[in-house]
Amino acid sequence: MASALTAETLGGGFDDAPIQSARAFRAALDAMARPGRIQVIGGAVPPAPLSVAAGTLLLTLADGTTPVHLAGDADCDALRGWITFHTAAPLVPAEAAVFAVGRWTDLLPLARFATGTPEYPDRAATLIVEMPVLEAKGSVLAGPGIRDRARLTLPDPDAFRANHALFPLGFDAFLTCGSRVAGLPRSTRVEDV
Amino acid sequence: MTASVAPTDPEDRRIWMGVLARARPERLAELMPAEPDENPVILRQPEIGTVMVQGRIGASGGPFNLGEMTVTRCTLRLQSGVVGHAHVQGRSKDHARRAALVDALMQTDRAAQLRRDVLEPLAQEEADRRRARAEKAAATKVEFFTLVRGEDR
Repeated sequence: MASALTAETLGGGFDDAPIQSARAFRAALDAMARPGRIQVIGGAVPPAPLSVAAGTLLLTLADGTTPVHLAGDADCDALRGWITFHTAAPLVPAEAAVFAVGRWTDLLPLARFATGTPEYPDRAATLIVEMPVLEAKGSVLAGPGIRDRARLTLPDPDAFRANHALFPLGFDAFLTCGSRVAGLPRSTRVEDV
Repeated sequence: MTASVAPTDPEDRRIWMGVLARARPERLAELMPAEPDENPVILRQPEIGTVMVQGRIGASGGPFNLGEMTVTRCTLRLQSGVVGHAHVQGRSKDHARRAALVDALMQTDRAAQLRRDVLEPLAQEEADRRRARAEKAAATKVEFFTLVRGEDR
């Protein structure tokens, strides 16, 4: 534990937590309410390889009661120490995670993540997917919160179609790239282009 | 890392963190009037919260929750890279910041001076406070004496 508590591990938190986390939380709400609309958030500077947006989301949403899963190369000592220091969130395997962070290929297979139960559909995981690019083009989105159609670069449209088919169950996703974040809740339909 | 000396003994550190946590905020401020120009980077701004204090009946029974107490915590880093943590009693953010600074400096070559000027007076005063309170309590203790009434015979 002592080795993880290095100076780099501990830096990069919010300077002004009440205001920065409130702004980031509002942006996260907007992102989920308007799927496909890209928000810019910041405030946290997580250790590599995590992006600013993913780190800010974690500082805002995670705490001691929300187990976090780090997938692939996000599962490094620096990041484990950073999340533990700043959020006190327990780090768990994918099956037990409330939040999961990583690149799309590292998060697969998605069947590992909780999709809720018919009585409690909210007991589902939220994936924070690190994207190489995040732009308003590519797959066509429709559904609640989208006026006509929205477009968003998705890692795998079929996976999100399958997830929407589980509705009201299914996971929710944030797509992050640098300081940009877009929401993709389970209610969003991904249409054929 | 330049200023750090021999690795800190965790037990020793536990003791001085405890002394800082229980110290009166204004007394710590008196002993450390000007914060030395270390210009620390605040890693975690002082924040107020509560912790559950646990007790054991007779110090040996099963643990139970005694109640919550207010604490303030802070973490900072000196320019040399040494990190100091503090969890202190009460709601004083200055107290938490100062205690974290002392914790960090105690891991550097200023440890001996700080121990002499800050920690030992605080520890001494804490011991005095405890003793005074124990003496006051002891003075009010009532001893009951029962005269032999003769039933035993």
